[in-house]
Amino acid sequence: MPDQLPEHPDWLWRTPDPKPSYDVVVVGAGGHGLATAYYLARNHGITNVAVLERGWLAGGNMARNTTIIRSNYLCEESAAIYEHALKLWEGLPEELEYDFLFSQRGVLNLAHTLQDVREGTRRVGANRLGGVDAEWLDPDEVRAFCPIVNTSPNVRYPVLGATLQPRAGIAKHDHVAWALARKADAYGVDLIQNCEVTGFVQDRDGRVVGVETTRGRIAAGRVALAAAGHTSTLTDLLGLRLPIQSHPLQALVSELLEPVHPTVVMSNHVHVYVSQAHKGELVMGAGIDSYNGYGQRGSFHQIEHQMAAALELFPIFARAHVLRTWGGIVDVTPDASPIIGPTPVANLFVNCGWGTGGFKATPASGWVYADTIAHGRPHPLAAPFALERFTTGALIDEHGAAAVAH
Amino acid sequence: MLLIACPWCGERDETEFHYGGQAHVAYPPDPEALTDAEWGEYLFVRANPKGEFAERWVHGAGCRRWFNVVRHTVTHDITAVYAAGQQPEDRNGVTA
Repeated sequence: MPDQLPEHPDWLWRTPDPKPSYDVVVVGAGGHGLATAYYLARNHGITNVAVLERGWLAGGNMARNTTIIRSNYLCEESAAIYEHALKLWEGLPEELEYDFLFSQRGVLNLAHTLQDVREGTRRVGANRLGGVDAEWLDPDEVRAFCPIVNTSPNVRYPVLGATLQPRAGIAKHDHVAWALARKADAYGVDLIQNCEVTGFVQDRDGRVVGVETTRGRIAAGRVALAAAGHTSTLTDLLGLRLPIQSHPLQALVSELLEPVHPTVVMSNHVHVYVSQAHKGELVMGAGIDSYNGYGQRGSFHQIEHQMAAALELFPIFARAHVLRTWGGIVDVTPDASPIIGPTPVANLFVNCGWGTGGFKATPASGWVYADTIAHGRPHPLAAPFALERFTTGALIDEHGAAAVAH
Repeated sequence: MLLIACPWCGERDETEFHYGGQAHVAYPPDPEALTDAEWGEYLFVRANPKGEFAERWVHGAGCRRWFNVVRHTVTHDITAVYAAGQQPEDRNGVTA
């Protein structure tokens, strides 16, 4: 039997043993950690970098998201960083020499109430002023753009309109991670899997000078956390308290179906978001579980709620079967915006709090974080997202404003 | 779905309850005396342990009373339920 199997394809990255010391140690080999390492090398020439991963590469939220990419956020600080991401996405397949199925098929955010209509039209105006493509569609235009959405007035929450970002879309998340990993590896970055950080090494002045791991002590000039829902388990080791709470967030896919769904549809009000992967599965996201949790699974009633919403919007899905459901652990901040930048602990940087929407930000997150690490001060796009905002009160309140219900 | 034993109504499905986050976060006795950083920490920072966690729930679809629960945030095992205003029994590792 083994002689009938094809040769294993070439590996996309090396599997090195950790070196005793690096200029930068990135903790977490998800999308954001990999993008950070890639841009440290590409933009700043910093290649003596390790990315430590306690599990396997891109096995956390990078493997568990619904792959939606958009930049139609209300607050200008958010729109700026997500639009930077979208512009990077548009060039990344060529730059990374990897077709990760980035598809700008548009994202519809449906409005079901007068408040939704007001929020949507306001956000379209704000986006246009900020250089983000945005349109307002009436129900007939929604039906023309996505014929399978039920725009009948005879449902509990009729579709009153929608915002459309035509440049938004989806990408194949695993391949994004692998594309970034391959290029980072080619620059000389060490991607080290099955290597959990268990502690920090500090000098007499409290500066972080390395990490303790399950594969031994590794010295580091700077340590950059990119650990999403597990960030506070790391910062707790240093007595650094962060305003994040970790929650399970679930998604599911159907069996493979013929192409029926031409775009991405999100609805805050009935709360579901749906696209169709290239392979054919319907991909649906649900809401977070209310309680704190690290179990990478969620409550069944969330799935039930999500399916009810999906069927209200898409009666055509009534006979589709759920193939599998899963959960990731999202790190939610009080204002639903990320925390990026230096910390009160010298040489320690955080990039966390992306909550339910980190995938779309992947390239910009890596871009601004790499710049912040390289220069030891916040990148201009990251500056508004500094930890200090929870002292100054200058919050970037995307709860209810970010075109998604949290 | 969690099965939560309300101290007054007994075991009920999680959907009858609402979550209130970390328990035992006292209002600062003299808020005016706090620095901005201390006030910000009181407002925005809560424990986020991977393990046992003392937290508040309210039985919104039942007796509508708040109470405290010690739950493990990975296994979801509930090891203590006690009334609002009470402290959990002394136990190691509980973030109270």
